[in-house]
Amino acid sequence: MKTKDLVYIALFAAITAVLGLVPAIQVGPVPITAQTLGVMLAGAILGARRGFLSQLLFLVLVAIGLPLLASGHGGLAAFTGPSAGYLISWPIAAFVVGLLTERFWGRYNLAWGILANVVGGILVIYAIGVPVLAAIANLSPEAAIVSGALPFLIGDGIKAVLAAAIAVQVRRSYPVIETPQRAVALR
Amino acid sequence: MLALYVPRASPVHRTPAGWKLLALAGLSVLVFAVPTLPVSGGAVAAVLLLGLAVAQLPAGVLLRQARAVLWWLVGLFVLHAVLTDVLTGTLTVLRLLALVLAAAVVTATTRVTEMVAVIERICRPLEWVGVRPARIGLVIAMALRFIPLIAERADRIREAQAARGGLPRGLRGLATTVVPLLVQVLQMAHTTAEALDARGADDEPLPRRRRRDR
Amino acid sequence: MRLRRETAAPVADPTRGVELRAVGHVYGDRLVLADIDLHLTERRIGIVGANGSGKSTFARLLNGLVVPTTGSVLVDGLDTRAHVREVRRRVGFVFQDPDAQIVYPTVAEDVAYGLENQGVPAAERAERVAEVLERYGLAGHADHPAHLLSGGQKQLLAIAGVLVMRPARIVFDEPTTLLDLVNTRRVAQLVEDLEQQVVVVTHDLDLLHGFDRVLVIDDGRVVTDGPPDSSVSAYRALMVHR
Repeated sequence: MKTKDLVYIALFAAITAVLGLVPAIQVGPVPITAQTLGVMLAGAILGARRGFLSQLLFLVLVAIGLPLLASGHGGLAAFTGPSAGYLISWPIAAFVVGLLTERFWGRYNLAWGILANVVGGILVIYAIGVPVLAAIANLSPEAAIVSGALPFLIGDGIKAVLAAAIAVQVRRSYPVIETPQRAVALR
Repeated sequence: MLALYVPRASPVHRTPAGWKLLALAGLSVLVFAVPTLPVSGGAVAAVLLLGLAVAQLPAGVLLRQARAVLWWLVGLFVLHAVLTDVLTGTLTVLRLLALVLAAAVVTATTRVTEMVAVIERICRPLEWVGVRPARIGLVIAMALRFIPLIAERADRIREAQAARGGLPRGLRGLATTVVPLLVQVLQMAHTTAEALDARGADDEPLPRRRRRDR
Repeated sequence: MRLRRETAAPVADPTRGVELRAVGHVYGDRLVLADIDLHLTERRIGIVGANGSGKSTFARLLNGLVVPTTGSVLVDGLDTRAHVREVRRRVGFVFQDPDAQIVYPTVAEDVAYGLENQGVPAAERAERVAEVLERYGLAGHADHPAHLLSGGQKQLLAIAGVLVMRPARIVFDEPTTLLDLVNTRRVAQLVEDLEQQVVVVTHDLDLLHGFDRVLVIDDGRVVTDGPPDSSVSAYRALMVHR
């Protein structure tokens, strides 16, 4: 790992934290927070390995007692509540988004970006979050899906599109994946 | 940085962080292994006693953590009352409440620096695969330093856009702030990495097996 | 760019200063620096040049942040390519934007960072940190969050974080560009008071008063090399013809 990778990792952990300060947008009764946008961006901009480590670092910051989750929530309590599975899935989600983004890198555009973000940033998060919810809360799989996946689907879809649009633009002006030499040439 | 730590001179505060984390893990195994009302209800009572009476935490600290999961708890209770039975609902809610409160007590009685030390200790075996524990402390510190910096730069970008007559709100506003923000901080990361190297970031002795740079 | 191995036991000769031998540098397909042969021994050296002239890359050559594509850079006789760590211990580097340089959340922690890397014991570390904070008027801010400092204080903090490591030479890359007049004067005074060899890259021509030698870099080459007065007027003339 180069020093620069460490800086990127710290940076995207901080970005997910700052996105927790963005007020939640209300879609019907469900508040949509911006934080999973940070998860998707970490994968889409840093790639699999660094994206994973950045979101793992974010979870470490929450676990050691910093109120970095949306609405000032945080500490170990976040890992024992019903939504623990969603939280724990974030590094893996960033990893999968990153893996797909790296695969699509040569032809990366809005469509491929959305695909990567939907698979990594929505399906992976639900695949881990919903079963954990069912287990912790004693719910049947159907009840867990109805209460823990469907209400968030619209918001997460919007975030997947938004993250892809952002990643496409950042890739054009400051690509991090695969072409580290260009960053130096821009000085 | 505003932490969730509440300074007090109590035996709970003085207990080493590692023990508190082990106790928390033990409690979570217990409440799931023995799904009965006395165990879960007793756990909630014990945690409240420990947090409020022994550790002398203000009730508000625990209340705030409980409120973050309040709607989950209410929803789950109703769901169980309708689909299964009231007993299962009560059990589920008490169990979650016990864990959330216990975790909140650990967080409120343990300094961030102690937690970082525990994490570095846990990560020590990773040295074997080329991870340097000291670097974990560094990235934690850097992330804490970057949070206010990024928030400040985001404000400045929004101000600059407002000054030119644009004040997009909602999703569009988020996108028009985040793109320039990311480009700025990625460029800054390049300089920060140089500055770290100039101050000897890679000076430490190399571990036995070092991963090749990508 | 980084070396896999340090060659054993470097022997430094502090009297030799900084030598650049037939240095050229290329980023991608862009020629950034060419044909540079210099021997830098003076105590106060200024570097001026237009944006994109290659002066930032030049500054980074001096402590091994950038290794030349062709030719070599020697610091006290040590090749930056082979002895990058030892070279970085000898040459401190202060950047234009202190925000990019400060990596710890609080002031004292950040100053201590370089000493930790050098393996300085905790007690001595605390002593040396306290000493530089005192010298640069930051003693009262030791435990303050770095982001609450003013722009000028941040630059002083960044400089303190480098000086605490006691480098023999210090490179400043546009240290006053983001500062107001008062803080610019403070940094100028600070540079003047330093005992070390100082190389300053700057757009602020006033900063070069009293310097021993000023180089003008244009389009990747050193076009003028002499005392400040003649170099600065040559630079002004050069810019007028753009």
